[in-house]
Amino acid sequence: MIRFAHVTVTYPGALAPVLRSVDLDIPEGELCLVVGRTGSGKSTLLRCINGLVPHFTGGRLAGSVTVDGRDTRHHPPRELADVVGFVGQDPLAGFVTDTVEDELAYGMESLGVAPEVMRRRVEETLDLLGLTDVRDRPLLALSAGEQQRVAIGSVLTVHPRGLVLDEPTSALDPAAAEEVLAALTRIVHDTGLTVVLAEHRLERVVQYADRVVFVPGHGRAVEMGAPADLLAHTPVAPPVVELGRLAGWSPLPLSVRDARRAADGLRQRLANVAPPRRTVPRRDALAELRRVVASYGDVLALRGVDLTVHRGEVVAVMGRNGAGKSTLLAVLAGLRTPTAGIVSVAGAPTAGRPARDVVRRVGLVPHEPTDLLWAQTVDDECAEADRDAGVSPGTTRGLLTDLTPDIDGDLHPRDLSEGQRLSLALAVILAAAPALVALDEPTRGLDYPAKRRLVTILRDLAARGHAVVLATHDVELAAELADRIVVLAEGEIVADGPTADIAVASPVFAPQVAKVLAPLPWLTVSQVAAALAG
Amino acid sequence: MTTRVPRPLHPAAWWGWATALAIAASRTTNPLLLGLIVSVTAYVAVARRPATPWSRSYLIFLRIGLAAVAIRVVLFALLGTGPGTHVLFTLPRVPLPDWLAGVRLGGPVSLDGTLAATYDGLRLAVILVCVGAANTLTSPRRLLKSLPSALQEAGVAVTVALAFAPQAVASVSRLRAARRLRGRADKGLRSMRGLAVPVLEGALDRSVDLAAAMDSRGFGRRGSTPAHVRRATAALVVGGMLAMLASSYALIDTQAPSGLGLPLLLAGGLSTAAGLVVGARRGGRTRYRPDPWRSPEWLVVGCGVAAAVVIGLGRSTDLFPATSPPTAPSLPLLPALGLLLALLPAWIAPPLPRPRGVPSGDATGAAVVPRQTVGAAP
Repeated sequence: MIRFAHVTVTYPGALAPVLRSVDLDIPEGELCLVVGRTGSGKSTLLRCINGLVPHFTGGRLAGSVTVDGRDTRHHPPRELADVVGFVGQDPLAGFVTDTVEDELAYGMESLGVAPEVMRRRVEETLDLLGLTDVRDRPLLALSAGEQQRVAIGSVLTVHPRGLVLDEPTSALDPAAAEEVLAALTRIVHDTGLTVVLAEHRLERVVQYADRVVFVPGHGRAVEMGAPADLLAHTPVAPPVVELGRLAGWSPLPLSVRDARRAADGLRQRLANVAPPRRTVPRRDALAELRRVVASYGDVLALRGVDLTVHRGEVVAVMGRNGAGKSTLLAVLAGLRTPTAGIVSVAGAPTAGRPARDVVRRVGLVPHEPTDLLWAQTVDDECAEADRDAGVSPGTTRGLLTDLTPDIDGDLHPRDLSEGQRLSLALAVILAAAPALVALDEPTRGLDYPAKRRLVTILRDLAARGHAVVLATHDVELAAELADRIVVLAEGEIVADGPTADIAVASPVFAPQVAKVLAPLPWLTVSQVAAALAG
Repeated sequence: MTTRVPRPLHPAAWWGWATALAIAASRTTNPLLLGLIVSVTAYVAVARRPATPWSRSYLIFLRIGLAAVAIRVVLFALLGTGPGTHVLFTLPRVPLPDWLAGVRLGGPVSLDGTLAATYDGLRLAVILVCVGAANTLTSPRRLLKSLPSALQEAGVAVTVALAFAPQAVASVSRLRAARRLRGRADKGLRSMRGLAVPVLEGALDRSVDLAAAMDSRGFGRRGSTPAHVRRATAALVVGGMLAMLASSYALIDTQAPSGLGLPLLLAGGLSTAAGLVVGARRGGRTRYRPDPWRSPEWLVVGCGVAAAVVIGLGRSTDLFPATSPPTAPSLPLLPALGLLLALLPAWIAPPLPRPRGVPSGDATGAAVVPRQTVGAAP
């Protein structure tokens, strides 16, 4: 169905090709998962399929990509719109109209589908994706999961034979991601659609994949194979696979269900061992929120939140999209003045204080890390951050290299991959070594090795007496990193306690290892590895 | 009477009705008639507004209109021209240099002039209110959706452009927050200058993303239309519109050669129509659930046009009440009755579809967008 023959892609001005002689043949009706490190060329590979590379991005494509017999060299994306649908990571960026039904119909209107057929297909798609209740809503009024389902529906209505998705669930909370993936698997089963999907959060998707394509990056050869075979040696693997590798299970389990069945022996071995716990020396409070209320117009985002964060502590704030996590961080960093209540960090309020004074107390990496970056090259950005923070030259660059090695210093920050940009923004904020580091959804677009380094850096900061607060959907990250989990719902704190208690108690917030080894209170692969080694 | 199926009225009908009322407003300065027009638009807007976010724009336009009146009157008082029959008060005169001999700042403010300025401002305000009413009754985007198919791609471009301003505002506030996070001042001119480039970069990035998304979804597909037909369509439409534009100048400007305006207007109109017909036949695009144009649409537009025509039948002393010396305006019967015709669409227009999720009852006055439950799985 989709065939790559000796494809080499070189972007303009780049010294080396992103992809080098890729040969792939993706058969009809398969769900194919593309995995690889941050910046390895996954997105390029996906964009080749519908001709966005090179027609839209520029650059040189040698070899040929054919989709359903059409060569992308002679067919720009618009002429491929009827055979392959493309859904990007941010659904809002691709919406052309403003209501659900119009958006679903837009592609068909462009292709000149007859009005009766359009009407019927819109109804079918609304049912298929469970969007009937929101059919006449404005797109901006939908939840993130609904928006992503509309984005998928809007390309499905033209009845393409292939569907390409670039990180469709990385911005979603666990429940919304489940919605989207459930809809997607239903479509694959019902319609025989060929799906090519890239995703960093492998734990969410790998059990649905028929086939995995591994893009190693640096122009090395792309591999394709059965998920269990390929994931045995890739640097990116979900926790359940890592646990399988550690315990030497064969075949490697891909889902929690498979792993539980294989895990009997492991559970017995670990039954009498207590999982290693980090002991946080109780230090003094750094940040205090007392009965904090914050509102947007007449919508309350926080309804009387009480929270104390201590020095040396890592707190994960979790909850649905729209539960008030970002507002909590904005209030901490003094970006929003609370409507009522008291916020103090290191003994003084943050709202309305001079920015230079606040950044030494709170550093916040916002949801859109690109906002923090405005220089023309990565090196300039690092140099400016050194000056802003008043630290010795090279500090920021050093932090960046710790997070994500070998980023070309001459690149424009906007040309970096999502994950590389986040690393840069994080380095810029960490340069000032603020007493409290706050991060809004820091692992969007980060691969597992980059996440591990992020964990090391943040734990190191905590050990040196800083406090870390992060808003995240990533249960694996929270399990690995946080000492404490705070769960927000509708602007109120509904749970607050040590990670082990909260994560094990709730199926929504349980990491894969906890699900596999339940009822034993183990959370991460590294805990298990340490126990088995010792 | 048969039960009427609830449906939104064709957006062009509401715009036609509102435009006709705006024309009616432009033909009088009588504050009573102008007030009547405002009441008519307000009643219809309240009776027939859909429950959408933009249905509050009537009040916004009303406020802009009042501001326009205030600005007009204040400017007149400051810069007004000499005394009339009744002097209200005298402002201190500001001496100006010789080269500004023709301009007066301060001095006596007359009742006559103030009244004339108020009437003039009111007329502008009412025209704005008419636009506000149209905006409330139907979104501009719906109007763009019902453009003839030859113009649909241009319509999409306008839709995309319309989204730019709110997005730019949002990204300015995000970037100011980000400056603060990096420990820089977020107020003052220097910081604004630093924002311009990132805001534009962000807008450019978004445009490129959107363009990629639209391209991937078949926007601008050639389809099966031969190239010469497409070129002919474009030439006819653009040429016709230019001709109509030129003719409107010729018709308004008294110094232009007189015989030119009307023929040019006709020729331009014909050329545009021909282009649209050819464009409609090429069949490259289709439309999802187009709004039908039936008898209620004709009646609504008809009511507006009737009001605009009847108001012209009034005597000019009634339509333009004298301000020097000031006289109390009277309410002329015929134009007033004509304006009342424009009230009929409140009953003629089909009932509005009830928004989903709102319990039965009064659907017309409910500007309620139901609160969503975020990410709730069924």
